[in-house]
Amino acid sequence: MAADKSDEALEGLAQRGYSAGFYTDIEQEFAPPGLDESTIRFISDKKREPAWMLEWRLEAYRNWLGMTAPQWQKVRFAPIDFQAISYYAAPKRGPASLDEVDPKLLETYAKLGIPLHEQKMLAGVQEQEPAPGTAAGETTKPRVAVDAVFDSVSVTTTFKEELARSGVIFCSISEALRDHPELVRRYIGTVVSRRDNFFAALNSAVFSDGSFVYIPEGVECPMELSTYFRINAGHTGQFERTLIIAERGSSVSYLEGCTAPQRDEHQLHAAVVELIAHEDARIKYSTVQNWYPGDEQGRGGVYNFVTKRGLCAGARSKISWTQVETGSAITWKYPSCVLQGDDSQGEFYSVAVTRGRQQADTGTKMIHIGRNTRSQILSKGVSADDADQTYRGLVKILPSAAGARNYSQCDSMLLSDRCGAHTFPYLDVRHPSAQLEHEATTSRISDEQIFYCKQRGISEEDAVSMIVNGFCKEVFQELPMEFAVEAQKLLEITLENSVG
Amino acid sequence: MLRIEDLHASVAETPILKGVQLSIGPGEVHAIMGPNGSGKSTLSKVLAGDESYTVESGRVDFEGQNLFEMPPEERARAGLFLGFQYPVEIPGVNNSYFLKAALNAARAARGEPEIDPVSFLKRVRERAQWVGLDDSLLKRPVNAGFSGGEKKRNEIFHLAVLEPRLAILDETDSGLDIDALRAVADGVNRMRDPQRSFLLITHYQRLLSYIEPDYVHVMVRGQIVRSGGKELAAELERSGYAAFEDEEAA
Ligand SMILES: Nc1ncnc2c1ncn2[C@@H]1O[C@H](COP(=O)(O)OP(=O)(O)OP(=O)(O)O)[C@@H](O)[C@H]1O
Ligand SMILES: [Mg+2]
Repeated sequence: MAADKSDEALEGLAQRGYSAGFYTDIEQEFAPPGLDESTIRFISDKKREPAWMLEWRLEAYRNWLGMTAPQWQKVRFAPIDFQAISYYAAPKRGPASLDEVDPKLLETYAKLGIPLHEQKMLAGVQEQEPAPGTAAGETTKPRVAVDAVFDSVSVTTTFKEELARSGVIFCSISEALRDHPELVRRYIGTVVSRRDNFFAALNSAVFSDGSFVYIPEGVECPMELSTYFRINAGHTGQFERTLIIAERGSSVSYLEGCTAPQRDEHQLHAAVVELIAHEDARIKYSTVQNWYPGDEQGRGGVYNFVTKRGLCAGARSKISWTQVETGSAITWKYPSCVLQGDDSQGEFYSVAVTRGRQQADTGTKMIHIGRNTRSQILSKGVSADDADQTYRGLVKILPSAAGARNYSQCDSMLLSDRCGAHTFPYLDVRHPSAQLEHEATTSRISDEQIFYCKQRGISEEDAVSMIVNGFCKEVFQELPMEFAVEAQKLLEITLENSVG
Repeated sequence: MLRIEDLHASVAETPILKGVQLSIGPGEVHAIMGPNGSGKSTLSKVLAGDESYTVESGRVDFEGQNLFEMPPEERARAGLFLGFQYPVEIPGVNNSYFLKAALNAARAARGEPEIDPVSFLKRVRERAQWVGLDDSLLKRPVNAGFSGGEKKRNEIFHLAVLEPRLAILDETDSGLDIDALRAVADGVNRMRDPQRSFLLITHYQRLLSYIEPDYVHVMVRGQIVRSGGKELAAELERSGYAAFEDEEAA
């Protein structure tokens, strides 16, 4: 099957500040739309998976058939026709090495600012000159390894060899299933089970690609790892599956980015991400989510239904989620931490921006099991136009979690009279020694503030962007430095002409 | 510099300014005094371009340009500064970052490049000292959680950094302790320049003993009913506004 030609016309759609909305015309291979056991066999076969993986998928599929889509979240959308979606799309020319990657793919990633060559310089860093004292071409800036997932397949992963030298495995999950099946088998589905929820079950049945990270004992990952998810084909769903394992005393910082072309159909991205941190391990997981949000009338845009959960399995382990969510028509995700190890720590830092007809229902769950476990939640929601946003957070302190502590802060900023912000903090405390604090604020940018800025010569647009950036600053500070700058720029573009 | 002719303005359908006449030449310091609610802040807001006030009629020339054809940010970039009677808090926005954005907006409007970070830092440090602004207030969000006096000092600090052509200071002296008042006055006096004019709105002669005005005007019920030299301020201090209440604009 060839790519749908009408897609090209969509490139001409009004841009509305979404610069990643282009489509790459490339020969792709699709699974026919529809979902049954043969679809799953098709996917598993395409990926040359071990037999147990296929069985695992089929069981998930059978679970899923008996489940219904959740209704409790505060978002509205027409029912999804799961038989109308294609569950597999991949560029026809499958690469064996970067030199064989279709130049059109390289071009696509170049346009998105993602380095697929192992260049020394990081994309997004302004400075072109080498720092004084370093040889030309060399740099003191941290480098970033990239796994690039295009629709249903990973097209390349950079710096693999260099990472392997310190024992770090960084590859696509499809590759991990072939090269490290024992590791995948041991961990997959242990944090998010196949019957966890409707979309997690669906993902377990049909997941296509995502990243696999393994950090061996005592190793501090020598560079930032990142995965860049790109939806390109029309009428397809993307089912990301990511698995990160940090062995005892190791640490890693991982970042994912997401974009999609502008189309007037909705597209589904249903992901499952599992993190496992053993004793004294640290995982920092950051997301800059910029899926196509749809147009002003709410036509098109990605449905981003995601289950992300981290298990602090070992004592003193730490998992930290940072997310900047500017895209998607609907975002539905609650990156969570299960704090099993004593003295383990969970953190959630979030900026969610919704405008137009975007809807977001996002937050976190902190499940305290071990003693003296600590969690911190900092959520910043910005709404404009007619957008609706909900923070939903659960802090659960189990009877075993003596001395548990949580601090939550949820701040909302409203930029129009028509948008909404809702906060639902749920607490479930079953140990008397727990210490919990919750704070919530709602603010608006007042006419007086705008006038004050204008009186100093600052335009309304700059004033809004300054104030919103200030509002989100504490969360941006949690991002790896190179990406904080990107996130700030993204926020500015997203909020253009958003006041009123 | 500034020429106000027969200015009428209203807020929420209520006429407040009823034919204001005032001319300010380069380098001059003018003071406006007048009872509460007489329209002093209204005049300053109208000049700065606050959209909650409606200009009904009249004309204002600022450096040869029709002020009412310029949006507020352009007026600011052209050198019109308002020190607010009630400075506004901008949470999350660092005070010196804010000033840098303001300064660069004015420079961009003049086709100049952005100020280099070193000169900016030097200027900010120096001017903070001029007005006795604690260094810690440079890094805090604009006015957020500042004490009343700190907010007023911060307005003068903004004035000192931005170097406007015309500075309107609306009751910058109210709520200041004696030392702060002196520091603010010192700051203003330092900024006095043959090319820079001031319009001081105040209730107290004390400020005018520190910053000597060239002219004093009395505003009553939306009009300037009397103008004179600095001795007029002393007269007002002695006898109050009662004597002017019945006067019509000259
Ligand atoms: N938004 C508004 N709606 C209605 N009336 C207003 C509004 N703003 C100002 N006024 C009225 O306009 C009149 C002039 O107010 P203004 O603030 O200009 O006085 P002022 O001379 O600065 O007084 P003060 O010395 O107390 O600062 C007052 O009667 C005030 O109540
Ligand atoms: Mg006033």
